[in-house]
Formats: sequence, structure tokens, C-alpha cells
Amino acid sequence: MKFPYSEKVLEHFRNPHNVGNIENPDGKGLEGSPACGDMVAVYIKVNPETKVIEDIKFESYGCASNIATASVITDLAREKTLDEAKKITWKLASEELGGLPPIKAHCSVLAVEGLRAAIRDYEEKHGLVIEKETTTEEVVRSRLKHVMNPLTGLDIIRTNLILKTSIEDGVVRVVVDLPADHQFASAIKEDISEKLRSLWDVKRINVVFIA
Amino acid sequence: MDERVLEAMTPYFFDRYAVATSEFGYSMGTESKEGLERARESIISKLEASSGEVIFTSGDTESSNTALKGVSWALKDKKGKHIIVSKIEDFSVLNTAKALQKQGFDVTFLDVDAEGFADIDGLRKAITKETVLVSIQHGNQEIGTVQDLKAISEICEEKDVLLHTDATHSFTRLPLSVKELPIDLITMSAHTIHGPKGIGALFIRKDTQINKFMDGGFQEFNLRAGVENIPGAIGFGKAVELVTEEEIRHLKAMRDRVIDKSLSEIPDVTLNGNREKRLPHNANLTFHYVEGESITLLMDMKGFAVSTGSACFSRSLESSHVIRGIGGDHERAHGSVRFTFGRYNHMVDADAAIEAMSEIVARLREISPLGRK
Repeated sequence: MKFPYSEKVLEHFRNPHNVGNIENPDGKGLEGSPACGDMVAVYIKVNPETKVIEDIKFESYGCASNIATASVITDLAREKTLDEAKKITWKLASEELGGLPPIKAHCSVLAVEGLRAAIRDYEEKHGLVIEKETTTEEVVRSRLKHVMNPLTGLDIIRTNLILKTSIEDGVVRVVVDLPADHQFASAIKEDISEKLRSLWDVKRINVVFIA
Repeated sequence: MDERVLEAMTPYFFDRYAVATSEFGYSMGTESKEGLERARESIISKLEASSGEVIFTSGDTESSNTALKGVSWALKDKKGKHIIVSKIEDFSVLNTAKALQKQGFDVTFLDVDAEGFADIDGLRKAITKETVLVSIQHGNQEIGTVQDLKAISEICEEKDVLLHTDATHSFTRLPLSVKELPIDLITMSAHTIHGPKGIGALFIRKDTQINKFMDGGFQEFNLRAGVENIPGAIGFGKAVELVTEEEIRHLKAMRDRVIDKSLSEIPDVTLNGNREKRLPHNANLTFHYVEGESITLLMDMKGFAVSTGSACFSRSLESSHVIRGIGGDHERAHGSVRFTFGRYNHMVDADAAIEAMSEIVARLREISPLGRK
């Protein structure tokens, strides 16, 4: 049998590590992809003194790459401090897995996003997010890098799906290069709002579709 | 492919290798021609058509291209530039319609209901004086829904509009008679009935106005240029003859076993398409809270080849247009799995497939953050 995945991907897919959830986790992250509908949840237990991730589990409603990446990044994050774990990238996960088909890049990004969201959740709950940064166009764009372009599997910034972003008096305006009735329009809109909503000084998000 | 099909084809690769010639040609060529005509006769008699009403093509994609483009081009100046296709057609019809749209044709993409049945009232309303062709498939390639061709063909006849139907997945497995139904064009293919790949056919009712799709020689009643694929045609003809009522009953029994067992033994499963009016060999179910590519990969590892409408499975990352067409959301497509059966499957295979599915779905649900009770 020939599969489009490396042996390592298949091994992690068949026997994923760290599967399940943690009761009363210290941090929890749930990320979903509008690209393919995959979803991943990451749960962490953190040592309050050392800030080391002592336990980590994941759940996935996703494809083989998604499951395999979540398996490998939870391995990588275990016993790491939060700051170390933040540095785990999808590129590292992909290398660890012996590569992933390019169209599956978003699946591994999603798992890494889940881990980062769990860490952010912990930090927010424990008052570790100290300074409140004013949201600029740059901040908006960097957040939008986490929204996938379903047509390519890469993010909407890199693939120039976003024509314009602006922020004024807490109102963010995002112009998307897609017709409003496109099959992915509502999913992308939802994902854009989701990524910007948590910014403390953002009051409203206007997503505009043109084509 | 059925071995008996290969046996029938083999001489036409060797002793009877000649291209088909007219009856005035050399004898090797007339032998080839006779073989070709016998194969055509198999298809003609299955459809209850008349001689000269079936041409061979390279497959269903070419047949549907010929039907849609040929009729549209022939009638655009005489009648109008409007065609109607259902939303859940195969890409060979859907993308041909889109290509015609770019050439200035007006295309109506007809809605289907939650089980995939074309909107009959909508069809009646959509037909205008400008409409040159309606194309609605017989049995759906993914969810297996079988359209009410009687009602559809009657409307088209009443409104004096040509009707094409893509019968790629139903031909020989469901009754389809052009004597009974006023259908003008029918797409067929050998690869779905244990015949060879690369050969298809198109029924064209006598006196239908249609242009040639490819320019060249005068083969196939001057409707399909190019040297005929004689071994392919022979194989197609043989494949048609080999389909039996008993086999279809057997396919249905396996299909029903998979549907009934999935629904009764595995929790949170939805059938896609209609329970009764579906292709005899097709079962399509959504296993909620899990993803289709993961399922197909694990099934493959256990030796079962199944397919899914999940976006993760496609090259384009688009979920199935059929599941979306029946109003299904992303989630419905995400965990959808299609099982199809053939001549060489046995009831024990259907049972084993469900056993494997049951285990795989349970395992993936343990990993899933959704549907926790």
C-alpha cells in the first residue's frame, strides 16, 4: 500500500500520543479551520512555580496530518516551559514528521495554534499578560496570518486574499478579495472575527467582501 | 475488470487489429467494423434504442461534453442560449456548463432537495423559450440518489426542450428505456460496470440537432471524429451483456446491509440520499464527530477502499459539492463516507467493512473533542 504520508506521520496517526483531555486543565485552547473543517483542542497542566508543562493532551476532529501533528507537538511541548513551548512552530512539527504534503500545511498550523491558544489561555488566567498593546494595523495583519485561505491551505495574508485592513476608533475593517456568496465567505468571516475579537481595544469588526 | 471482458477484447488487439473500414474495405477492416457494430448493438438493445442512435466516445466526460456543447452550439442561433443543469451533477456536466457560461450561455443550476432530488417545479419554471437543453443525471455519483426521470422527461417533452441524462453510474443497473421515456441524450461509461477504462458511449435520439465536438474524420455517423477504440467498444459491449438481474439484487443486498448495520450498530450516523431510490451499489453515510480522510486512510490500512466528501480528502480542499448541494453543512461532508460494491464483493465483505468502520469510528471518536456524551 502506498500512502501520501511519511512513515512517521502514519505512525503518529495510527498510534497518536497524548490523546484525551485533562480535567480542570490550567490552560485550554480550541482552534478550528475554515479551510477543511478540522478542529483541535489542547489541554495543559502547568507547574505554577517552574511554569513547566507537566501534562498535555489533545483531541482532534481532523484528518491524518492534523492528528499526527497534534501528537508530535504535544510530545515536543511536554516538560518544556511555557516560553520554550511557545517557540514550537509548525515548521518544526513538520520536520519532526518527515514532511507533510504542502496542501496539508494548514493542518499542522492548526495543531500548533491549539498549543499556543492553550498557553495564552493559561497566561491570561494567571495575569501573565502584562502590557496591553494598542491594536495597530500591524497587529491586525499578524492575527490574520492565522486565518487560512481555504483555496490554497496557506494563510489569507500570504496569499493576498486580504485587500485592505484598517483600524479606527476600535473599529477594524477587513476587505476580502472574494464574492460575498463564495462557499467559504461566511467561514472566513467567522474566523477573521474570531481571531480579532479577543483584542482588548477592538469594539467592532467589519468584514467586507468584494470581487 | 471482468476477465470475460478482457477475453472478448484480446483478439481485437492482435488478429483483428485492423481499424474499422466500410463494407467495401479490406476484409480485416470489415471484421473490425462488424465487432464494433455488435458492441454497439449490445448498448442499443439495453436502452431499447434504434440503430445509429449510439456513438462510442472515450468515456463519460467526453459523452457529456459532446451532449452539452454539441446541442448548445447547434441550437444557439436557432433557439437560444439557455441551459439547465442540476447542482449535484458530476464535474463532467457541471464544468462543461460553466465553460458554456463563459461562452455567453445562460446557465441555471437547478436546486435539489435534502435527499438530492431535483426540484421538479423549479425545473418547470426555469425552462424558457430560450432553453436548448436540460441536463439532469440519473443516479448520483456520491449519494446515489436516483432522479425521477419520468417526471423530468415529461416536462421537457411538454416544453419541447431536449433532455440529456448522465447515466454513468446507473446504466445497466437500473432500467432505462428510451422507448418508454422521451430522453434525447444519455451518457454512459464502461468503467463503472467492470468494463475497460477509456471507453464510453452517448445515446443521441434520431434527428437530434447536435454539432460535432471534435473535428476530423467521419467516424461514428460523423458525430465523433477519430479512429474507433475497437477493443474498448468490444469490452464495453461485453460488460453490458454480463450484467444480470441476480447480480443487481446481490449489490442491493450488500448496500442495504451496510446502510442498515451502520444506522443500527453505530451511533450518530446519518444516511445521505434516499433510502429506497438510490443506486443499487451505493451507500453513503455521515459518521458524525469524525473526519473522512482519517476514516478512509484507516479503512485502506485494513484493505477497504472507501471514499469521502471531506474537504481534507480533496486536492482542492473543497468539501463535496453534492453534500453541500443537498443543504449539508461542512460537518455533514466532513464525516461522509461512500461505500460502493461490485461483482466481486460478497456479503461477508459488507459485514467486515461495517465491523472495521465500527471500530475505526469508535477509535476516532475517542480522539475527537466533539460529541462527548
